[in-house]
Amino acid sequence: MTTPELVFSVLALIGAGGAVLLVTAKNVVHAALYLVVTLAAVAAVYLVLTSEFVAWTQVLIYVGAIVVLLLFSLMLTRAPIGREALDNQQRGIAALVGAAILGGLAYLLNDAFRGARIELEPTFTADVGEQMFSTYVLPFEVVSFLLLAALIGAIVLARKEDA
Amino acid sequence: MIRLPLVLLFSAFLFSAGVYGVLARRNAVLVLMSIELMLNAVNVNLVAFSRYLKDVALGGEIFALFVITVAAAEVGIGLAIVILIYRNRETVNVDEVNLLRW
Amino acid sequence: MVDQAWLIPVVPLVAFFVIAFFGKRFPGRGADVGIFATAISFLLSATVAWRVIQDGTFHHEASLTWFELSSFELELGMRIDGLAAMMFVVVTTVSLLVQIYSTSYMAHEPRYTWYFAALNLFTGSMLTLVIANNLLQLLVGWELVGICSYLLIGHFWEDKLNQDAAVKAFVTTKTGDVPFLFGIFALIAAAGTANIGGITEAVEQGELGTGILTVAAILLFGGAIGKSAQFPLHVWLPDAMAGPTPVSALIHAATMVVAGVYLVGRMFTVFVASDQALLVVSTIAGITMLIAALLAVVQDDIKRVLAYSTVSQLAYMVAGLSLGPAGFTPGLFHLFTHAFFKALLFLGAGAVIHAVHSNNMSSMGGLRRFMPTTFWTFLIGSAALSGIPPLAGFWSKDEIITTAFREEHFVLWGAAFLTAILTAFYMTRAVLLTFFGQYRGHGEPHEAPRAMTGPLVVLAGLSVVVGFLGAPPFGAVFADWVHIEGAHHQPFSYGFAAVSIVGALAGILVGYRLYARWKERDPVTRLGPVYALLDNKYFLDEAYLWGIVRPIQYPVARAVNWTNRYLLDGMVHLTAATMRLLGRGTAAVDTKVVDGAVNRVAIGAGFTGGLLRYVQSGNVQRYAVLLFAGVVILTVIFTRV
Repeated sequence: MTTPELVFSVLALIGAGGAVLLVTAKNVVHAALYLVVTLAAVAAVYLVLTSEFVAWTQVLIYVGAIVVLLLFSLMLTRAPIGREALDNQQRGIAALVGAAILGGLAYLLNDAFRGARIELEPTFTADVGEQMFSTYVLPFEVVSFLLLAALIGAIVLARKEDA
Repeated sequence: MIRLPLVLLFSAFLFSAGVYGVLARRNAVLVLMSIELMLNAVNVNLVAFSRYLKDVALGGEIFALFVITVAAAEVGIGLAIVILIYRNRETVNVDEVNLLRW
Repeated sequence: MVDQAWLIPVVPLVAFFVIAFFGKRFPGRGADVGIFATAISFLLSATVAWRVIQDGTFHHEASLTWFELSSFELELGMRIDGLAAMMFVVVTTVSLLVQIYSTSYMAHEPRYTWYFAALNLFTGSMLTLVIANNLLQLLVGWELVGICSYLLIGHFWEDKLNQDAAVKAFVTTKTGDVPFLFGIFALIAAAGTANIGGITEAVEQGELGTGILTVAAILLFGGAIGKSAQFPLHVWLPDAMAGPTPVSALIHAATMVVAGVYLVGRMFTVFVASDQALLVVSTIAGITMLIAALLAVVQDDIKRVLAYSTVSQLAYMVAGLSLGPAGFTPGLFHLFTHAFFKALLFLGAGAVIHAVHSNNMSSMGGLRRFMPTTFWTFLIGSAALSGIPPLAGFWSKDEIITTAFREEHFVLWGAAFLTAILTAFYMTRAVLLTFFGQYRGHGEPHEAPRAMTGPLVVLAGLSVVVGFLGAPPFGAVFADWVHIEGAHHQPFSYGFAAVSIVGALAGILVGYRLYARWKERDPVTRLGPVYALLDNKYFLDEAYLWGIVRPIQYPVARAVNWTNRYLLDGMVHLTAATMRLLGRGTAAVDTKVVDGAVNRVAIGAGFTGGLLRYVQSGNVQRYAVLLFAGVVILTVIFTRV
């Protein structure tokens, strides 16, 4: 167990715990906050994996924008705080399915990559930028289009109908 | 030196938790949150493999960036829809929006 | 030109269709079309006759194959020789003159257009019969003329007597057609072909046995007995006088009735090959000529006198032919001459009937003052028929009588001689009763119009002239055109001629003595029982009625009706009932099984759907569960298996 691995394990536990609490929280706002925990843990994991740009983008967008959006929407839709149950009838089956997926994935991945090791080398944001605008420039442009569409779509959808 | 299976296990756990959340939660916003969880799991996987394979083109990281972007767009639209449904139906519980039943 | 000889029968047949469908639109109401068509046929016949006159051995045959069976060929063809050419001329001439005559005679009668259509159909059919080069085509013409005879006899069908006469004519000739048909079959089977030339050749080569030829000849003659009104099937011809008089002139004097004689002439090789057949023919001819002449003596109806006279003269023609090759030319020469003067006599009688409005000679008398043209032409015709030289009848009858004696058929000679005397007698009687003495009828009779007297004059002229064509002292050119092998040219015997003339004059004298002055009671009635026998036509009609017609009409017809209703119709009904039952069964199967299966499939689908619909809960998360569960299962399958 090397140091990076140890750090990673701790972070992983935090993230996993946050995830579990997220999906079982009785209070929606608590759930949103648990989401923040998980997302932050994941950002830290990125840092451990020497992908700093991804990590900070994660923080910026996920924790910064998306969670805020979710909280806003919770507020706008009168998120239920209190008596109303947040889980539906098929909890049991869902748990089963989730467990099956976890089991299956774990087994498969372990079986495939037993003994594999990640050699940690620093990656530079400059390299990310370089690759983004050379090899992946086309997807980059397309994604910007997608964002534009989403922007317009969200506005169109959410505005009040003119009577 | 991190053992790859550990990272992958972490990713798998996050994904499974997300699946459970999608299937078991009533509130639409909570479902969206669970979806975000799943997407994050995928991102971790991508970055891990990119580092493991020492990709020169940094494909994994860049893909992860795109996923984040798309996730953002998706959440935006998704919440817009949720709010519309709330306006129409006074509820955001997914299991109450079932007009297409038999 | 001879290649187009097939037009001779075709033109009148086409005219039939034109008149039948469009006749009423023509200015002449169809008569103009008919006369025009017949005139064309006449001109074509004259051209063909001219060829024969130039070359007596002229012979032309052409045909096309209608269809072929494996060994038998059915053809449509023409056979032109002297005999055919002579018949063409006779048929077209008399038909033309009769049609011209009819424009006046039938002017006020109903169905004028149809009358001319039927006349042209008849002319075309008779010419088809004559031109035929094979027995089956001949048969077609034969039957067609029978139909036309029926149609035309029954022209005034408003009177039931006329309908009955038409049916009697048709059925009686049909009775003769049955053996005729079998005769044809026998010849076709024996010779392998229906072609007349082929059959003749086969007979000459000796390929056919005498037995089969005898049988075939007698069977063929059966048809001639029917069509040419020989004993015992002569009974229809007198009754056929119910038809219009021009019809009697054309069909029942000059043309249709001679079809039987023509048949014997055409198939002469077959007859000559068998002595027994010739014996049968001459026996019947001999009987017929006498009994018919006797019947002519006691008739009051002028047309019936002429009808029995025709029967008798037909017997003359047949008798001539029955004498063998020597009698071929005389018999057919008599056919030729008789056509003209008999047609003349009938048309003359028609003029008289038209003027007097009665057929009975007891209502006539002294008409020579009112109808001179008719009188003189009728007189010429009677003289020709009685055999007064130099008119046509003398030459032809004399030839037959002389040949009969020379061939040593003495019985036939005796019958023919006796008949000649009787012929002269009854014609004198007819002329005296009709044209001499006081007029015994009503009103004021007048001469016939030009359209009627014209043909009379033409025919009278022909009756004078045509005799010389066959007269030995004048070269007997007729024999050059109509002849057969093996016939030797006989020198003219003035002795026999003298005997014939004496006989004719004897008959005329007796007739004159008895009828020159009108007596209230007809002298022939003084024959007593003989008269009764003759007046009742030897009770033959009664014999036929009770012996043949009634037994068929009553028991046989009833039995046939029963069989038809219960057996035949029964089978039909049974089949129908079975079909109905099957139908019901099929319907039941269709409803319960077939439709039932379909219905049950539908019900099943609905049922399953009713169960499956619960999957559609409308709950998205339920769907998602199923989706992820499916993914897991698939993953397991694809990685494990």
